[in-house]
Amino acid sequence: MSTISVIEGSMAVAQAVKACRPGVIAAYPISPQTHIVEFLSQFVADNEMDTKYVRVDAEFSAASAVYGSSATGVRSYTASSSQGLLLMSEVLYAMAGTRLPVVLTGVNRTVSAPITIQPDHQDTMALRDTGLIQLHVENSQEAYATHIQAFKLAEDHDILLPVMVCMDGWILTHSFEPVKLEDQEKVDEFLPPFVPKYRLDTKNPLTYGAYADDEVPEFRLMMHFAQERAKEKIEKIAREYEAKFGDYFGGLIDTYRCDDAEIVMVAMGSVIGTLKDAVDKLRKENIKVGVLKVRSYRPFPGEEILSAVKGAKMVAVLDKSLSVGQGGPLATDVKAALANKQAPPVLGCIAGMGGRDMSMVLIREIIEKSQKAITTGKIPDIEYIALKRQYLE
Amino acid sequence: MIGAVCKAAGSLQYKTGTWRDNRPEVTDKCNGCGICETFCPDSCITIENKKCIIDYDYCKGCGICANECVRKAIVMREERK
Amino acid sequence: MVLAERENLLAAGHRACPGCGAAIALRQILRALGRDTIVVSATGCVETFTSPYGMSAWEVPWIHSLFENSASVASGVHAALEFLREKSSVVVISGDGGTFDIGMGAMSGMFERKQNITYICYDNEAYMNTGVQGSSATPYGSSTTTTPAGKASFGKIQPKKDMPAIALAHDVDYVATASIAYPQDLMKKVAKTKEIYGPKYIQVHTPCTIGWGFDSSKTVEVGKLAVETGLVPIYEVEKGKPMVVKKVKNKKPVEEYLRFQTRFRHLLKEEQKDIANQIQAICDKNIERFGI
Repeated sequence: MSTISVIEGSMAVAQAVKACRPGVIAAYPISPQTHIVEFLSQFVADNEMDTKYVRVDAEFSAASAVYGSSATGVRSYTASSSQGLLLMSEVLYAMAGTRLPVVLTGVNRTVSAPITIQPDHQDTMALRDTGLIQLHVENSQEAYATHIQAFKLAEDHDILLPVMVCMDGWILTHSFEPVKLEDQEKVDEFLPPFVPKYRLDTKNPLTYGAYADDEVPEFRLMMHFAQERAKEKIEKIAREYEAKFGDYFGGLIDTYRCDDAEIVMVAMGSVIGTLKDAVDKLRKENIKVGVLKVRSYRPFPGEEILSAVKGAKMVAVLDKSLSVGQGGPLATDVKAALANKQAPPVLGCIAGMGGRDMSMVLIREIIEKSQKAITTGKIPDIEYIALKRQYLE
Repeated sequence: MIGAVCKAAGSLQYKTGTWRDNRPEVTDKCNGCGICETFCPDSCITIENKKCIIDYDYCKGCGICANECVRKAIVMREERK
Repeated sequence: MVLAERENLLAAGHRACPGCGAAIALRQILRALGRDTIVVSATGCVETFTSPYGMSAWEVPWIHSLFENSASVASGVHAALEFLREKSSVVVISGDGGTFDIGMGAMSGMFERKQNITYICYDNEAYMNTGVQGSSATPYGSSTTTTPAGKASFGKIQPKKDMPAIALAHDVDYVATASIAYPQDLMKKVAKTKEIYGPKYIQVHTPCTIGWGFDSSKTVEVGKLAVETGLVPIYEVEKGKPMVVKKVKNKKPVEEYLRFQTRFRHLLKEEQKDIANQIQAICDKNIERFGI
C-alpha cells in the first residue's frame, strides 16, 4: 500500500532513492543538497538500506566514486549542487562518455561569484553539454517519481547515460508537502535490479577509459543518438509509471491550458506551479494563456514544443539563468527549435535568477510585455523581469 | 564497444618490433636465468628449455636485456632494415 | 624464484618508449598481484601507452577516468565489490603527477576512509607524458622543461616531496618504497599488500630514459645507482612493526648518478658544485636517517 506523508522535498528524494535500492552512494555535503544525503546516511546507519555509503573528500571524489562503482556493475547514486556540481563537471563528462548509468540529483543553486545559496538554474546549465540526461521537476511528488523513472531510463541498454534530476534548491528541497510514497514491492516490479551491459570483472577483464585517437566523433555521436532514443523512452517510462502508480507529470514536456492559448509561457522547475495558478487567474480575465513545462532539458524536446505552441501568437520563455553574452539558455533552445518552422515568435525573459521570487505581479508583467510585442510586432532580444536598477550602478 | 570499453590484450595486434634500430641476439652463453625476462619492459622475452627466446615482433631493441645479462650472453647488433 | 614464474599480465604491443622504467614496474607489479585484481589508473604515461582503444595491453580489468581521481574511483570500485560480496584486489597505479600533485587530495581521502585499496605510485619524477615538466616529485637540482637549468637557474630549487611520510601520517597499514632495479623486493612488497587489509601505499622508483636523459639500455643501471648512492631509500613500514630498510654495503658518491643523466649534467660544472654537494648531503642525510 502506498502511504501519504507530509515530508520535506529532500525526504521525498531520499525515500525514492531508498526504494531504488542503490548498491553504492557517494556524496559530499553542500547546501541545499545536504538533507538528501543526511537522510540517506541515516537509512544506511539504521540498516534500512543495503547500501555502501562512501563519505568522500570532495564532490570531485563523490562523482569519481560512483563512476567506479557503476563501472563495477552496481546501481549508484550521488547528489550535489552549485559549486559542487561544477567541481564534478570533469568527471560527469567522462561518466557520460563511458556510458555509466549513474543517477544524480542536481539541486539547483546559483554559482559564485558573488557567492550565494539562492536557487536558480545556472549550475545545471553549466553541465548542459556533458551528455547527462537532465530532467527538471516541479514539486516533491514529481521529484519522487522522477528519481525512480531516472534509474529505469539510465540503465536501459538502449540509453546507458547518467541521468540528473534537477530540482530547485530550498523551494523544493526544504519545503514540506504531502507526498505519496509507493509500496516497495511495486517499485521493485517497476525497477528490477540493475543488469550492466558489461562491468569490471576479473572473470572477463575489460579495459575502461581507453585512449582514442580516431574514434572520438563516433563516440560523441553515439551519446547523441542515445539521447535521441531517450526522447521516446522518457515518455514511455512516464506512462509505465502512470500505469503502475497512477501519477503522470509529463513526459518530455507537460502542457497546461495551451490548446487555445495566445501566449504560452515556457519554463522549468518549481515555478511551473506558480505559473499554473497565474494562468487560472488570467483566464478568468479572458486572457488566453497557457504553460508549457520543459521536463526534459536534455534531450531537448524541440518537436514537442513546436507542436504545443504552433497555434499561439507569442511564446514567452522564462529563464532562471543567463548565458552571459547570449541570453537565456532555455529561450535560445526554444528559438532554435522553432527556427525555420511555421511558429510564433519567442520572447526571452530572464526571471527568477538568484532566487528572486516570481509573483503574480511579475507574471502579469511578462504577459503585458508579450501582448505589447504581439501588438507592435517589436520583440526585444531579452526582457529582464524584476530587475533592481539600483544594483546596476 | 559502447563507452570506448574494449577487450583485454588487443595490443598484440600492434607489432612494436618495427620500432627497433638495434637487435638483441642470444648467444650460446645463455643459461636461461631469466634476468632479461624480468627486466624486459615490453613483455617480449620468454624462457624455454633454459634459453631466452626473444619475440622480434614486439622487441623495441632497448638493450636492457643485453646490459643486465650477468653472463653477457646477449649482444646488440644494428638492425638491417 | 616463485614470483618470477608467475604469469605476465601486461601484453606485448604496448606503446611505451624503448627502455621504459614504468613498463618494467608494471610487469613486475601485475605479476605479483595476479589475475584477481582490478586496476585503476590515473592519466599519465602508463595510461597512454597501455590503452589505445581496441589495443589495450591489460590482461586484468582496468579503468582510467581522469588525472586526479584514481583513488576516488578505486574507492567506488571497492565499495561496489563489497556490495557484491566479491573479493578481488583493488589497486591504483598512478604516476607521481597524479599522486604527489593533482591527485593527492583524493588519495588522502581514500587513506582516511581505511578502505582495502593498494595505491602504487610509479615515480619517474616529472610529468613525462606531457613532455618532462617538473612535479613535486622532481628532485632538487633536476632540470625539467618547467624547472630548466639556465644562466640564473640550477634546475628545481625545491627538494622532492616526502610522499611516503605523508602516507604514514594517515596511519595507513603499509607503506613501502621500491625500485624496478630490485624486482624481487618490489614483487615481494606488492604481494604482501594482498595479505594486509586496509589502505596501503607503495612508491616505485621508475627511471625514464627520455625525461632523465640516458641510453635506453641503462634503465636498470640508473635505478640501481639511485639506491646505491642513498638518494632513493628503499624501505617498508608495516603497521606495528619496525621499519625495514634495504642496506647498501658499498655506497657510491652521488656524482656517479648525476653524471649518468642529462637532467643533472649541468651540476657537474664547477660553478654548480655547491648544488651537487647539497645533493650529496641529501644522500648522506638519508643514509643516516634510514640507516642505509
